[in-house]
Amino acid sequence: MAASCWPASGFYREKKRNCSARTAIFDGGMMKNKEGEVANRPDNTAFTQQRLPAWQPMLSAGIVIPGFLVIGLVFIGIGVALFLGSQSIQVLESDYTGLNSNTPCYECSDASKKNCTCSIEFTLTKQFDGPVFLYYGLSNFFQNHRKYGVSRDYYQLSGDTAYFKNPSDSCSPYIYDSGVPIVPCGAAANSMFNDSFRLYQLVGGTKKPVPLDGKGISWWTDYNIVFRNPPLVNGSLAAAFNGTAKPVNWAKPAYELDTSDPSNNGFMNEDFLVWMRRAALPDFRKLYRRITQGDYAAGLPVGNYSLEISYNYPVIGFGGRKKIVLSNVSWMGGKNMFLGVAYLVIGSLCIVMSLVMLIVYAKYKFPEGDS
Amino acid sequence: MLRRRLNHLFGGDEKRVDSRTIYVGHRQCPGTEAFIAPKFCDNRIVSSKYTVWNFLPKNLFEQFRRIANFYFLIIFLVQVIVDTPTSPVTSGLPLFFVITVTAIKQGYEDWLRHKADKEVNKYLVTVLEDGRRIRKESERIKVGDVVEVVEDETFPCDLILLQSSRDDDTCFVTTASLDGESNHKTHYTVPDTEKDLESLTATIECEQPQPDLYKFVGRMHIYRSDQDPAVRSLGPENLLLKGATLKNTKKIYGVAVYTGMETKMALNYQGKSQKRSAVEKSINAFLLVYLCILLSKALVCTTLKYVWQSRDGQDEPWYNQKTQKEKDAYKFLKMFTDFLSFMVLFNFIIPVSMYVTVEMQKFLGSFFITWDKDFFDPEIQEGALVNTSDLNEELGQVEYVFTDKTGTLTQNNMEFIECCIDGFQYKNRDSCSELDSFCVTDGPVSKLHEKAGREKEELFLRALCLCHTVQVKEAGDMETVSEDQIDGLLPPTEQQKGFIASSPDEVALVMGAMKYGFTFLGLDSKTMKIRNRQNDVELYELLHVLNFDPVRRRMSVIVRSKAGETLLFCKGADSSIFPRVRSEEVDRIRVHVERNATEGYRTLCVAYKQLCTEEYVEVDAKLREARLALQDREEKLMAVYNQVETGMSLIGATAVEDRLQEEAAETMEALQEAGIKVWVLTGDKMETAKSTCYACRLFQRGTELLELTVRTLEDGGRKREERLHELLLEYHKKAVQDAPPAKLGVRRSWVTASQEYGFIIDGATLSLVLNSSPEASSTRYKSLFLQICQNCTAVLCCRMAPLQKAQIVKMVKNSKGSPITLSIGDGANDVSMILEAHVGIGIKGKEGRQAVRNSDYAIPKLKHLKKLLLAHGHLYYVRIAHLVQYFFYKNLCFILPQFLYQFFCGYSQQPLYDAAYLTMYNICFTSMPILAYSLLEQHIAIESLMDTASLYREVAKNATLRWGPFLYWTTLGIFHGLLFFFGVRCLFSNPALQDNGQVFGNWSYGTIVFTVLVFTVTLKLALDTRHWTWINHLVIWGSLAFYVFFSFFWGGIIWPFLQQQRLYFVFANMLSSVSAWLVIILLILLSLLPEILVLVLRKPRGPHRRQKNPGQSSVGGQQSTQASARPLLMRTFSDESNTVR
Repeated sequence: MAASCWPASGFYREKKRNCSARTAIFDGGMMKNKEGEVANRPDNTAFTQQRLPAWQPMLSAGIVIPGFLVIGLVFIGIGVALFLGSQSIQVLESDYTGLNSNTPCYECSDASKKNCTCSIEFTLTKQFDGPVFLYYGLSNFFQNHRKYGVSRDYYQLSGDTAYFKNPSDSCSPYIYDSGVPIVPCGAAANSMFNDSFRLYQLVGGTKKPVPLDGKGISWWTDYNIVFRNPPLVNGSLAAAFNGTAKPVNWAKPAYELDTSDPSNNGFMNEDFLVWMRRAALPDFRKLYRRITQGDYAAGLPVGNYSLEISYNYPVIGFGGRKKIVLSNVSWMGGKNMFLGVAYLVIGSLCIVMSLVMLIVYAKYKFPEGDS
Repeated sequence: MLRRRLNHLFGGDEKRVDSRTIYVGHRQCPGTEAFIAPKFCDNRIVSSKYTVWNFLPKNLFEQFRRIANFYFLIIFLVQVIVDTPTSPVTSGLPLFFVITVTAIKQGYEDWLRHKADKEVNKYLVTVLEDGRRIRKESERIKVGDVVEVVEDETFPCDLILLQSSRDDDTCFVTTASLDGESNHKTHYTVPDTEKDLESLTATIECEQPQPDLYKFVGRMHIYRSDQDPAVRSLGPENLLLKGATLKNTKKIYGVAVYTGMETKMALNYQGKSQKRSAVEKSINAFLLVYLCILLSKALVCTTLKYVWQSRDGQDEPWYNQKTQKEKDAYKFLKMFTDFLSFMVLFNFIIPVSMYVTVEMQKFLGSFFITWDKDFFDPEIQEGALVNTSDLNEELGQVEYVFTDKTGTLTQNNMEFIECCIDGFQYKNRDSCSELDSFCVTDGPVSKLHEKAGREKEELFLRALCLCHTVQVKEAGDMETVSEDQIDGLLPPTEQQKGFIASSPDEVALVMGAMKYGFTFLGLDSKTMKIRNRQNDVELYELLHVLNFDPVRRRMSVIVRSKAGETLLFCKGADSSIFPRVRSEEVDRIRVHVERNATEGYRTLCVAYKQLCTEEYVEVDAKLREARLALQDREEKLMAVYNQVETGMSLIGATAVEDRLQEEAAETMEALQEAGIKVWVLTGDKMETAKSTCYACRLFQRGTELLELTVRTLEDGGRKREERLHELLLEYHKKAVQDAPPAKLGVRRSWVTASQEYGFIIDGATLSLVLNSSPEASSTRYKSLFLQICQNCTAVLCCRMAPLQKAQIVKMVKNSKGSPITLSIGDGANDVSMILEAHVGIGIKGKEGRQAVRNSDYAIPKLKHLKKLLLAHGHLYYVRIAHLVQYFFYKNLCFILPQFLYQFFCGYSQQPLYDAAYLTMYNICFTSMPILAYSLLEQHIAIESLMDTASLYREVAKNATLRWGPFLYWTTLGIFHGLLFFFGVRCLFSNPALQDNGQVFGNWSYGTIVFTVLVFTVTLKLALDTRHWTWINHLVIWGSLAFYVFFSFFWGGIIWPFLQQQRLYFVFANMLSSVSAWLVIILLILLSLLPEILVLVLRKPRGPHRRQKNPGQSSVGGQQSTQASARPLLMRTFSDESNTVR
């Protein structure tokens, strides 16, 4: 780019330059032309002479060995904390797909069965510290598929009713249900997870319901900024959805997602928001409920429990699995041994290296003043 | 380009007619047939490339001819047409940016050209038309117009000088803007043209336009009503070139012969052939590898996608059904679009910004050469000149330096040392006082008198005063000279001022004669005036000048003295004079000549002959006839010259010293130490050249010289070919076979005691080697010759013709391993080799500017070559090599996680990163640090590079851009990419990463990977940076800060123009998670750990890489310390890091 073209303009400019050169030559090489000298002499600045003051980092033994040692120690410290933190997290996981005939939900796994419920019984021999989180997990479900991911209409979801009539093309093939526009359109909304869970503590033969808190399971920004319901028509959300169809797979329209809490409906339904945040990997879990209330705010006490599942969501067709997870979290989130182990390994590696270097240094130390 | 167009336009004509006829003043001539107005092009200069109308299409077409731009255009089109994962904006925006910037730049340059053209074309000139003087625009001049030009104006087209305001029918001209020669050149009017231009009826027949500035052959027929047409020959001395400026002459009239694009200036205007650097070849090779990687990635993904989909339930799960259109699509078409989609997804692996960055680096980097004040020469008031910035890094790769001797190794600043008259030696190399005595004394110098006879002495000095083409400088200078004469004080510089000549030897000789009492006063209308020792002025009529040419290697003048004697004085090289004089005279002088030659002086022999009237008349007629010839004029003239210059008698010889350039020896020594082989290619004779080589320490005392010259060939008395064969084999055995294997180390036997060889060959022998008998032996000789040369420390080729110089360069350039060659020279005779070599360096010397104009870089002095190669070249190479490798690396580890992600998202072309990140990664987040690095890095301080020349060997043979380092960088990129992806993958095995139990989605995943990526590649560069200026700090920390700022900004606002607010608060949310922080820190550290280890444990690469004592460096403010290359463990605890002030 710089020199490839034919710099004809340079030719004319060169003339000028040569003129000053000429005067110099005509003076027989004598430095008489002071002005010319000023004009031609390159600037003597640190930048043009490539002499900017510079710092030259030198990874000398004096820095690197203690440095590695410190990093190693810090890492081991963090690693231990992470490891212990992760160890302390209690997790209870159960696959309820019902593939095997001896599993509780075997009967429900038949897709033809509607409104099937099954329950999983479990016993806690140790207090399950609170707050306890209830997750559902799916595997081999590609929420991160590109087509699936773009299959939604942001303007619809932000409550713009103009898009209720004409949903975005990206929602295809879930735009219209026999000519009526679907709201919320698209594959993502359509495939919303619709199993529901109820947890009971079995106390002396009676089922004592454990209150499940559906608030605060989605991102704050999703709930408060990104997703908006359409403006109410005559104070009714249902009326705002007038002239639209529910997603084909949904049992109820969007404005009836949560019958118990009218404010938890439409696009502001937290279960919906959790679902709409796409998982990164095909095996994922999503937050379902939190146990923060009543007798169980401090955790689940020792005892027998029953988890009642209303089994609706078909996964066997695409080779998927469903699971339910009870877990508490530490300061670093859910249970994950990876970070703790990794920090411990890297930390010890650093220390080993600093020791090796120390030995090498002690052995091959050059005499002072070698320069 | 221009030339192509010209050939296209005029090529046909040129073939048909090889001369053109011009009617002076458009007047029909009597003797000729019907006047057909010949068609010539108008006098408009078009140097611009574009017009307003064709700028856009033409510029776009030219830009998209570049393979990289075309590639990105294709990617962009694919994105527009096919449903691809990323929007066309991601690749369209950078492409648009690059194209626009380039177009604006080229448009601006073209606008400047338009402006310059306009200035030239609209310039008002005076034309004589039908007896009236008409002012018209320069572009409307037609061939045949009679144009008036006044002093200090430039000629609007190529003119034949008809009339001058000077009495002696001459005019003075400088061609500074054409070839840079700033001396005044004398041009002559056509003899015998009438004073009244109105009544002049003449035609000019001349050759078709050709670009050679110094060649012109033509003939003028002057018709007079009563006589036969008179014919006058026209040569370059009659031709005034467009672009030259009229000096010292009030006004002239000339007739236009070549106009507009046919002028010699315009024909010389063509762009030089593009030289490509080795780095660029490496880039292209790497590009190909990456293209293969890209294709195979896309192919792998496409294949796996269909394999994966063929399993039950994967192709179309109920939650993600296909549209009707997708179902209907033809399967192979679908596969093809999938393939294209993957290509688009991974196309960032070849970044459009790399080309921009490389070009910016080259363009901006070259300023450091022009800015370097070490290259500034106070004498000529100029610094270095960069004609192309494409070859900066090639300066660090030079393996062979071909240097001219005169003006390059030596100063071309001639000083008269001694002379030898009739076998007696006259030395004059003394202090000023003695010099004064020579100049002041009116009477004969007694010392001179003792040796040769006065007659001979004066004849010799007269010969020196007359046999030359020196001009005395006009006007005021004459006065100074005479004043000084009266004062009796002539400081050498003042004297020098007075004379202008094409060759400094001539000035030296005239000055020499002046020292002995004979002063040349000037040439006044064919009369030469000299002042003799008695202070009388002698007048000689100059009859003919038999010009110097490199084949004859001599020149002569024929003068007629006041007494009526016609004398021929001839001076020339000994070899060309000796055969033409009586042999008994030769013997006396030969001793001196040879002794002087071995001392490194340039010797010339002076001879004379007296012509009787009949002889002169014959000679005169022959010369005139030859000068009039239209065809083969050169050859005919040569033949006459050779005829005339016979039977002379030798008077004496002169010795002129051409002093070595400043620091020539140091420079040569440094180059040799740097592993560069230096070849001296000179037209000079062997003895002189050899002594120069010794003086420059190219040959050492211990060096065994292998000679292959005409003399050694004729030793044995056998046929030359046989002897040549024999010698070649013998030398080959000596230098190649018996030599210790060179592979043991790059370091040549600098310290070790093994024998060094120097090789000497002359032009005649070289042509024997190169063009020997047509049998197969020719190629064998050539390879033998090459092998010998390559094993010699220095090679001297003397008696070379310019073309032979280029031949040698070409031969070495094309030899095995295709080494990088550099030619350096200052004269027109070096142009061919400057153009031939990979890098051509011109020295802004005394022999005009042709070398400078044709060079890639121009420097004022030879000594600057050392810094240019050892410091600038080395640094540029390291910088650009690092730039290229780093660019490929950073894009590999950028795209690899995206590739790996395909395995986890059902091969659905889901991008891992947000579109904004994809677009900005190469443009904003990671581009500035590497640009700053590639402009400012000094991995070794400039002083150390200059002090320790052998450091240059470390980057020899494209060391850091070979496949080894490339593999290293690629492995590093793959390692980092794998680490980034799988590190985060392990973290996401449980996506509940916040302490409130909420889970992260796919954009959080991508953002974590991207954050690790940006930090790692930037810190990797920070680790590589050995020279942290404030700019480095600013851009490295600045771009990291910018990334963080941008991420907050991008995720902090609901952007109305976006379809999906997928990154909204993702970054902020990520930072609220401790796990995310910890994994980012862990992965950055883990990726850089091997790098730190390598840095710490690296073995020293050369014994010269010593560390300077840090204590000393803080003094002086300008010194900078050299970062130590010793491994960490060899360093003491005390020398941790130091800041250089």
